[in-house]
Amino acid sequence: MSLSVHIRRDRPGFTLDIGFDAPGGLTVLFGRSGSGKTSVIDAVAGLARPDAGRIVLQGRVLFDSAAREDLPPERRGLGYIFQEGRLFPHMTVRQNLGYGRRFAARRMDLSPVVEMLGIGHLLDRRPGALSGGEKQRVAIGRALLSDPRMLLADEPMAALDAARKAEILPYFERLRDETDVPILYVSHDAAEVARLATTVVAVEDGRVARIGPAAEVLGDPGVAPTGVRAIGAVIETRIAAHHPDGLTELDAGGVPLFLPHVDRPAGSPLRVRIAAHEVVLARGDPGVLSALNRLPGTISALREGEGPGMIVTLDTPAGRLLVRVTRRSAQAMGLEVGQPCTGIVKTVALAREDVGG
Amino acid sequence: MTFWLGPEAQAALWLSLKVSFWATVASLPLGLFVAHALARWSFPGKQVLNGMVLLPLILPPVVTGYLLLLALGPQGPLGTIGTLFAFRWTGAALAAGVMAFPLMVRAIRLSIEAVDPKLEDAARTLGAPRAWVFVTVTLPLILPGILTGAVLAFAKAMGEFGATITFVSNIPGETRTLPTAIYTFLQVPGGEVEALKLVAVSVGVAMGALLVSEWLSARVARRIAGR
Repeated sequence: MSLSVHIRRDRPGFTLDIGFDAPGGLTVLFGRSGSGKTSVIDAVAGLARPDAGRIVLQGRVLFDSAAREDLPPERRGLGYIFQEGRLFPHMTVRQNLGYGRRFAARRMDLSPVVEMLGIGHLLDRRPGALSGGEKQRVAIGRALLSDPRMLLADEPMAALDAARKAEILPYFERLRDETDVPILYVSHDAAEVARLATTVVAVEDGRVARIGPAAEVLGDPGVAPTGVRAIGAVIETRIAAHHPDGLTELDAGGVPLFLPHVDRPAGSPLRVRIAAHEVVLARGDPGVLSALNRLPGTISALREGEGPGMIVTLDTPAGRLLVRVTRRSAQAMGLEVGQPCTGIVKTVALAREDVGG
Repeated sequence: MTFWLGPEAQAALWLSLKVSFWATVASLPLGLFVAHALARWSFPGKQVLNGMVLLPLILPPVVTGYLLLLALGPQGPLGTIGTLFAFRWTGAALAAGVMAFPLMVRAIRLSIEAVDPKLEDAARTLGAPRAWVFVTVTLPLILPGILTGAVLAFAKAMGEFGATITFVSNIPGETRTLPTAIYTFLQVPGGEVEALKLVAVSVGVAMGALLVSEWLSARVARRIAGR
């Protein structure tokens, strides 16, 4: 067990009561703004004190209200990547990167981190002269070079536009895959969660609504902490081939899936998030259609929500697929549990930001 | 009429520069501490401390001077260290320092409040103890405020009159600072010329100090902006 958090904080009108155990890898606290995610990560960092509870990181007690233990932030050995970067404006990038090294147990080498983040040409600049994406890369490096036992990241991409996000996301994937530092990551973006999370902790109104592997939690139609638009299943696939017409073919449990070119070698694993509102459901033979991706399966659950929509869970050889349909069409089609159906997805509906390793 | 200051006026100018320099330098550490406490900490009696710091700004300077005299006089509660100050230039520096303190604290306090505490939090998560955070993050960022506060205090000390003359009198060469010298010259027939020269010197010193501080602040601000 890497990190264990059980904390409670009472404020007028809002009670935070969170308990979860994060294994290694990248754990995402997933929920809408105001659900209490940042309070949790600040409590882990030691920047906010819960009323009661216990926080243990790799066997080391960081906070324990019963034992009156409360390590100050500087003794917790965590690297925190903030939403706004929080680089020191009066220092150069090099000085920013080196700030935490002085206090690190092991003195880390600057160059591999600088190289991994591609910030070598920025070392002598000051933060005022950096773009948003560059600032965040430097912030990641600064946290890494303090030799942390765990990295914390509070919506590190929320302040960036889509292009900058696409620039930063791969670095978090590399952190997850190439270092053995566990990461606690706060996000309200389902696509980001689908790409990055090893484990998802869904937070709603100050409580943990669901916890589990990404595919399991995101594939649960009852978990929608940020609203129905964010519902979508995650499917684990493998890249089968790259075709000359610019499409990449994936193998999803024996079913071929086509999507716009993905810049990774054939054979590498790929996670695809399929948003529930992008899937069309067909009963029987769908006939001639322009959509390339067809996932045959069986309906395993129907879930009515508030409003005119409902979520259909379709079990396919590729995994669980979530489909959002209107109640009217569900009635017209006579949908029932156990019925065979086909989920149809346009190639272009598999958006780039939903695809990751 | 000669351009140069007479010996009495020269003595007053040098004394004033010495008094103001030491008043500023000696009160800077305390000013920094008090400004930081007022900006960042919450503690019982904070408003009382704030009021005490600001009081010399509002009280008639004569009252401040007389209170110093009472406190440090032979029968006063601080009488034992009173001899360090009584009718000596150090007393003039003390009076000037007390009168200038509110201006210094106010300038530094404003600059500390302008520093985002989140930056200090970030430094602590990187392993830095509080004192190190203060020296490496807070202090460099409030440098313009400290410079402004110091220059304001120096200028105020150069001009201090009421508290000084009440506390340590008007002794040539010991406590006769620039303003008291101007006043004294104006009391004797034919002293206007010397007085006018000292007035010109006062304006020059004040203007020079302001220009230097503006230039230093701009330099620091440019560095922080990343250029």
